[in-house]
Amino acid sequence: MSLSALSPKRAPATGQAAPSALYDVPGPRARARHLVYGVVASLALLALAAWVIHLLVDTGQFAYVKWRPFGYVGVQELLLRGLGNTLKAFALAAVLALALGAVLAAGRLSEHRLLRWGSTLLVEFFRAMPVLVMIFFVFVALQVPALPALVTGLTLYNGSVLAEVFRSGVNSVDRGQREAAYALGMRKTQVMVHVLVPQAVRAMLPTIISQLVVALKDTSLGFLITYEEFLHAGRLIAINMDYTMPFIPVVMVVSAIYIGLCMLLSWFANWVARRERGNVKNEAVPVAPAEAASTMPGTRM
Amino acid sequence: MRTSVPSSGTTAARGALLVAFLLAAATACGAAGSPPARGPQPGELPHYAVAEGFSLPSSSTWRSAHRRGKLTVGVKEDQPGMGEKNPATGEYTGFDVEIAKMMAASLGFDPDEQITYKAIASANRETALQNGQIDYYVGTYTINEGRKKLVGFAGPYYIAGQRLLVRQDEKHLKGPQDMAGRKICSAVGSTPLQRIESDYPRAVAVAYDSYAICVDNLLNDQVDAVTTDDTILLGYAAKDPAHLKVVGRAFSEEPYGIGVPRQDRALARALDKALTARERNGDWKRAYEATLGLSGRPAPKPPRIDPSLTR
Amino acid sequence: MDVLTENFSLYGEGFWGTVKLTVYSSLLALGVGVVMAGFRVAPVRALRVVGTTWVTVLRNTPLTLLFFAMLLGLPRFGVALPFELFAVLALGCYTSSFICEAVRSGINTVPVGQGEAARSLGMTFGQTLGTVVLPQAFRSVIAPIGSTLIALAKNSAIAGSFSVVELLSTYKTLSENGYSVVWSFVWIALGYLILTLAISALFHVLERRWGVPR
Repeated sequence: MSLSALSPKRAPATGQAAPSALYDVPGPRARARHLVYGVVASLALLALAAWVIHLLVDTGQFAYVKWRPFGYVGVQELLLRGLGNTLKAFALAAVLALALGAVLAAGRLSEHRLLRWGSTLLVEFFRAMPVLVMIFFVFVALQVPALPALVTGLTLYNGSVLAEVFRSGVNSVDRGQREAAYALGMRKTQVMVHVLVPQAVRAMLPTIISQLVVALKDTSLGFLITYEEFLHAGRLIAINMDYTMPFIPVVMVVSAIYIGLCMLLSWFANWVARRERGNVKNEAVPVAPAEAASTMPGTRM
Repeated sequence: MRTSVPSSGTTAARGALLVAFLLAAATACGAAGSPPARGPQPGELPHYAVAEGFSLPSSSTWRSAHRRGKLTVGVKEDQPGMGEKNPATGEYTGFDVEIAKMMAASLGFDPDEQITYKAIASANRETALQNGQIDYYVGTYTINEGRKKLVGFAGPYYIAGQRLLVRQDEKHLKGPQDMAGRKICSAVGSTPLQRIESDYPRAVAVAYDSYAICVDNLLNDQVDAVTTDDTILLGYAAKDPAHLKVVGRAFSEEPYGIGVPRQDRALARALDKALTARERNGDWKRAYEATLGLSGRPAPKPPRIDPSLTR
Repeated sequence: MDVLTENFSLYGEGFWGTVKLTVYSSLLALGVGVVMAGFRVAPVRALRVVGTTWVTVLRNTPLTLLFFAMLLGLPRFGVALPFELFAVLALGCYTSSFICEAVRSGINTVPVGQGEAARSLGMTFGQTLGTVVLPQAFRSVIAPIGSTLIALAKNSAIAGSFSVVELLSTYKTLSENGYSVVWSFVWIALGYLILTLAISALFHVLERRWGVPR
């Protein structure tokens, strides 16, 4: 995933030929040794995989009855409805978080001291709080239904993180750009809207998308406040005795789809990052590596 | 940044393909209908006579439901035999659902046409009643002092008790006295589990996330018994009476009530009256026999309504 | 205010639960993360594949899904662990992928000359990694590891929904006992602030003593 973004292309891809702090270009003996290690490691891996598969087969996880429920339209619709609810929460949270991020970033970049302090306080507070605490607060204390509670929590948290992303994006635009714009007689808002923000968004796009992956992952927190999202649908099938309680098959299907979706979005972030790096027009703007916003909630201090 | 690492972009692409394939496979072919369900069958459930011209103007809940033309009833969705939603068809079945239906009929609503079911998890029951998401709640809801401060109750309509669910071929485990050294499973953090741990220290308590996991492990010989309210246990036994049975005397008493908004005494009283009538005309017994009765355990005598609840 | 003073032991228990979860999961995450980072830079392709797969999959797995899969999947094989252990496993494995990436990017900042010098002294791959490269790598990634562990502390709140005693889940007991929910949450929030600020301060100290610019 974002790994290739972390290790930019270098040295022709001849496997392990590139010298590094860790090892030289291997000679014939080292190559032979590595081959042995490789074979041993592969065998160990194969043995592990075989053991897991044996365990699964042994407990009848691939039996027809365990997978039969997925063949029925009703069950598929239930899963798709759950997935639809997950994506709905994600879409709402993403749009609102982007909007909130823009507002808070504008606040932090403002020249009015009060506005700046207020925005800073909000951003720092919401980034320091576990997103689940916010969701539970809205759900339990304010007695808001599950979907709005989930979306509110996700928006506050991701909006605050995105505000920081936007702000550092605007600050990363070369000073000359701003000065040139002012010299042309543009007003502050014009400079912001026409000169700084377009360049900042461009530079920060991979980071923004990476943060959206976090939002997508965190929609699963809705499961904990009984929002009828994807995991909820999966659980309903898994604990059903008529379907012989297919715990493992449900976990397999649900994980594959959930992880696949997140990987797809992460991969998109990397693709954008690579494309941006290759773009000559952006040379003046240092492109934030995807690593800057690791796909973990709140990885910045 | 020197070591050469294989690009993982291809891994992602492969993952994306897999997802696309799974989704395509899921939507392309599918059998109509739903997998065969065991336990209560929708076609074999009793019908309840709807009270014609019923009116309860003193209840604000009833008035607004009457205006909408529909009752919103809170139930459980994951408790076989009591309140279970068929994942494929979306239909609710179980003893609690039958009680909800006969109450609706007594309030003048058609149980088949004029009930909207809402699955409410245990943790959200009080909130749902307080902010008017539901008109009343029927779902293994034990009447106790703490809850009485938050919501009103009608009933009780059933006295549940903690018992043991064992495999049909179990010979030695006949009640709480035989639990020493045996693996007894319950849901983590639940009252039945705490009771086992404190009152029967010689039993080996096993805690899982839900009773379904306990039952699965019971059927696969990983544990020796599942313990909780007998209603829940009878629900599982009703699904698979050939392999499961409920044993022993009850070692607790859990009066189940119908939860109503706290201030609406008129509704609670009307439900009490309706329960008494349904118990007398045999509807209560028919509802039991069509649901929990499938486990093989005959219907108990319905409990006496507690008038102090609606005073 | 009454909520705090009258339930101090409950809050204390919850806070202590969160601290324990955070510490144990951090240790697991650091251990697994460093091993996986080692795999990812190893000269053996099979190990690199293992490391890459571990990181790619776990970084794209929602933590709730990981809890869900463990609690639903493992019991099927007769695994009956205490729920605290389930939580530490889920949190630790999840976080290890982020630790791994932090450590690996640290390894990449170590100048080639360091490794060459080590090898010219006759050190093996393991020795080079363990005594020369990793110590330097760690010093350059103190800050990112700190923020990863702060995220871990915050993520531990999820465990409360799976019957583990920790700070967030104290609100349930309090609301059952009739205390104001809003105030319960104020003190819960304060608890998390204290914990995250403490980790942050700890890593600032580490950074000042041992940190090197990346």
